[in-house]
This record gives sequence, structure tokens and C-alpha cells, in this order.
Amino acid sequence: MTNDDLLTVSSFSVTYDVEPPVEAVRDVSLTLRRGEILGLAGESGCGKTTLAYGLQRLLKPPAVITGGTAVFHDESGEDIDLGLLGEEEMRAFRWDKASMVFQGAMNALNPVTSIGRQLDDVFTTHRRGMSRAERREEAGKLLDIVGVGRDRLKSYPHELSGGMRQRVMIAMALALKPQLMIMDEPTTALDVLVQREILQQISELRTEFGFSVIFITHDLPLLLEISDRIAVMRAGRLVEIDTSERIYRQAKDPYTRKLLASFPSLTGERGDFVRGTGGATSATQAGVTA
Amino acid sequence: MTTLEFSHVSKRYRVRGSGHMLALDDVSFTLRSGQTLALVGQSGSGKSTIAKILTQLERATSGDILLDGKAIPRRGRALRRYRQQVRMVFQDPFASLNPSHTIRHHLERPLRLDHVVPEAEVEDEVHRLLERVQLDPAGTIDRRPHELSGGQRQRVAIARALASRPSLLIADEPVSMLDVSIRLGVLNLLAELQRESRLGVLYITHDLATARHFSDEIMVLHHGEVVERGPADDVILRPQHPYTLALRNASPDPDRHFAGDALSESAGSRP
Repeated sequence: MTNDDLLTVSSFSVTYDVEPPVEAVRDVSLTLRRGEILGLAGESGCGKTTLAYGLQRLLKPPAVITGGTAVFHDESGEDIDLGLLGEEEMRAFRWDKASMVFQGAMNALNPVTSIGRQLDDVFTTHRRGMSRAERREEAGKLLDIVGVGRDRLKSYPHELSGGMRQRVMIAMALALKPQLMIMDEPTTALDVLVQREILQQISELRTEFGFSVIFITHDLPLLLEISDRIAVMRAGRLVEIDTSERIYRQAKDPYTRKLLASFPSLTGERGDFVRGTGGATSATQAGVTA
Repeated sequence: MTTLEFSHVSKRYRVRGSGHMLALDDVSFTLRSGQTLALVGQSGSGKSTIAKILTQLERATSGDILLDGKAIPRRGRALRRYRQQVRMVFQDPFASLNPSHTIRHHLERPLRLDHVVPEAEVEDEVHRLLERVQLDPAGTIDRRPHELSGGQRQRVAIARALASRPSLLIADEPVSMLDVSIRLGVLNLLAELQRESRLGVLYITHDLATARHFSDEIMVLHHGEVVERGPADDVILRPQHPYTLALRNASPDPDRHFAGDALSESAGSRP
């Protein structure tokens, strides 16, 4: 481990203890660097969300972490083994050091409370010393940062568009200046223009605040553009992890290549998919046997 | 040869409290059998309103919709016959099939209701339909939707749409709910069927890349108005309207992203 690493995951495994048991995450090891955007790609059921929830200890039974460790290298120099934290310590850790933007997060806001109140809640829970005026000021500042504007503090979720609600969720995730943000399909439900704005914002905020991002999505072309490195998962295993450029130019794993070939190229040759043209026939086969 | 003409169609929805919302503003286009037309735009642009009007689930506020020169019927048997010609494939294959019925039932019904083949041939026709969508009839026919994968379900939905031998197919985001590795398979199937049966396909999507690769022409809708229409490559590679350009530039495009990179020694070795 060097000073540049933020999170070291070793042989992490999660099993859904049902009959028969499902090994959702199998022996995953990876290192997340400080300030890096790591894309986590894979299709539904590959374990990418389970892995993210597992790291944050947010899994509920029947999901059981069956092995491995996740060590968080705090900026204070302290190493925190997430598996050894007690319930209360874990609660304090979450959001403070590692926050999360959930899938469909814009629908995760409380519909009967103003967004100002909801931001305020984050501070009353985690920053007990702050005065009311300070909390208000912080909440306003956050809404300014994500481009919603502090004049919307009194707005209720239904008064905002999907894109604005998603920005509010990002504001909440930013509230405590975490070192890690895990984003699970944060823009999948949004239109491409809104998606692009939000991605740009995430990237700018990352530069400004220096946090690391684990960005989970099935949209590989998008990951190729925004991530420093990409990890590809399939059936619970990490099949490949490399820089975006190398994944794009010379992916080693056949599954990664197949995924890349599943996306038609926007501006390349017609019939030329993101990498290679072999995807068409193999995808037809896959569809039949899937 | 079937021609569907959408001529100066507008649709106004009444909105409680704030009067009206113009969902479609003077939209005109023609869809011919043997042609694939992609309809792209953001949510709220009016894409699905067009699909609803074409299937007569909604009525246009003004304008004409003509099938081979004749106004489309509003009710009764004539409307049934029209709907036999113009079929729809929906976005969500989990919701569009009835969970309590077998695949056989799903395909027999349109065959019987529309008297497509004599009763004695219904069973054979069901098998043929499943084969056309590249499903194994023996392994599929007695199953229920929940026993099939999303891709298989969408194939069943396509087979059902084809049962009445339509000349036009409206596919509203047919692959956006499927896993990425099987999307191309379903789109390739649609393209194949389209060529074989000279179907006219209206491919409604927000995905510019698949719109370009699977359509002859692209029509861009923005706030209920057609802002651009033309051959697929022209619209994507040389967009004329600023909105089309904005859409294109916002769409992920790793090819362009990596094209200008320093590490380009391997760029020439594209497979």
C-alpha cells in the first residue's frame, strides 16, 4: 500500500444465503486510489451493486459477507478495517468518510420534507456542533455547488425535475466532504443532456475536493469517457481491471471485449461497434441461450 | 407496399390548473413498408405520444393519419383491421406479457382473434413464429413468462406482434430494459425480420448510436416538434440543427474521446 491508496479490498466475497446459495461476489480484490474515478461495469446480476453495498456494510440478510477485508486508508493516516467496525462506528463512518448515491436516488428523497430540511438532517446527525445558522449556510452552499441554487432550499422534491433531484442527492453525498463517493447508476434514468451536465459536475467536484469515486453502471461507453480505470465484473468475479484507455484499446478478457462489442459506435464506421464487429453474431447467440 | 402518413398532427393534453400542454406540434412524416425510421428525442419530447396516436390509444387533436391514403378508423372492426396492420412492441417485456398464461396462449390468441390461419394450422403457426424469433419452440411453448429471460420475453413479444402479419411495426424502446450483451441480438433480429418481411419499422429510442445503426432515416423530436430529419448517417455525423448537435455531443462516444489521445499508436489497428 502506498499513500496514494484510499481503499484496499482483498478477496471480498458475498453470498446470498438462500437455497441454493448464490455467490454474488467471489474473491474480489482491488485497490482504489485517492482522487480516482473507478468505473465498475457489468450486466445485471454480476454483483457490482452487491459489492458496493458490501463495502459499506449495507447488506441485509440473506446476504452474508463470507470472506475478505476492506481497509480504508483515512487521510489522517489511520487504516480502518471496515469489517472490524462496530455498528455505531460504521454508522459514523458512512456518509462522513464514504457516501453513496443510490440507483434511482432521485426518488429516495423524502416527499413530505423540504430538501433544505433533508440536508439539515445530515448535519444534525453527523456534525452535532454546528449551529442552526451554520447548517443553513452549508446547505445553501451545497445547493449552489451542484447547480440547483440555494433559493430551492424550501422546495419539496416534487417541485424539482429528475435531474435536479439527482443533483440534490449528490449535494447530500458531498455534504460531509467524504473521501469516497460510491455512485450506483446515478444517471441511468436521466436524459443524455442532463446526464452529461451531471457527469461534468462530478468530474469538476472531484478535481476541486479530491475525493475518489466508484461509479457503477452497465453503460461501458460512458465509463470509458469518465473513468480513470475500469473494473469489469461477471458472475461475481472481477474479470479485468485496467485503465480506460487500455480497456478501450486492448481489453484482455473475452467478456470485456464482448461487452465493448455490444455498443454500436456513435460516430465511427457504420456497422463498426465500439470495439470490433464480432459482437453482432455472438450477441445473437447469447440472446438465444440467455 | 403499405404507406403510413402522419400529416400535420398536433396533440394537446389538458393539464389541470394550467390549461394545455402541446405534446405534438404539427408533426408530419411518412413510414413505408421496408423502411426503418428512428424517432429520437429526450423524455417528454413526444415520442411515445406518436406511438399512442398510431395505435389509436390516443387521438390526435388535429391533423390526419392515413394508411394507404385512408384515414385510420376510430372504432369497431375497421379499427381492429387497422391494428392488425400496425403492431406495437413495448419497452418492458416483463409487463407486456401476461404472467399467468403460457407462451403458447400469447401467440395463439392473435392468430385466432384475427383468423390469420385456419384453426387446424394454429399450432404449426405458433411453432413457426417462435422459430422466426430464434427461440426453440419445444423448449419455450409451454413455459410462462417468468421462466424466460428478458431477451427471450422480448422475442416472444416480437413474435406476438408478428402473428397477425402486420406491415408496420412500432417498437417503443424495445431493448432499453434488456441487458447490454443481448440488446444487439434483439435489434439484429428486428432488422432481419424487417428485411425478410419488408416490414416498416418505427424505432423509438433515446439512444442515438443504435438509431444510427439500425435505421435508414432518423427523425429528431424536440418539445413536440420535428427539428431534423434525414438519412441516419447525415443526422448523426453532420447534424444541421443545434439541438441534434447537442444531443449527439452529450452522448457517450469513446471513439471520439480516445481519437485525439497521445497513446494513439494502436489506433490504426482497429479490427
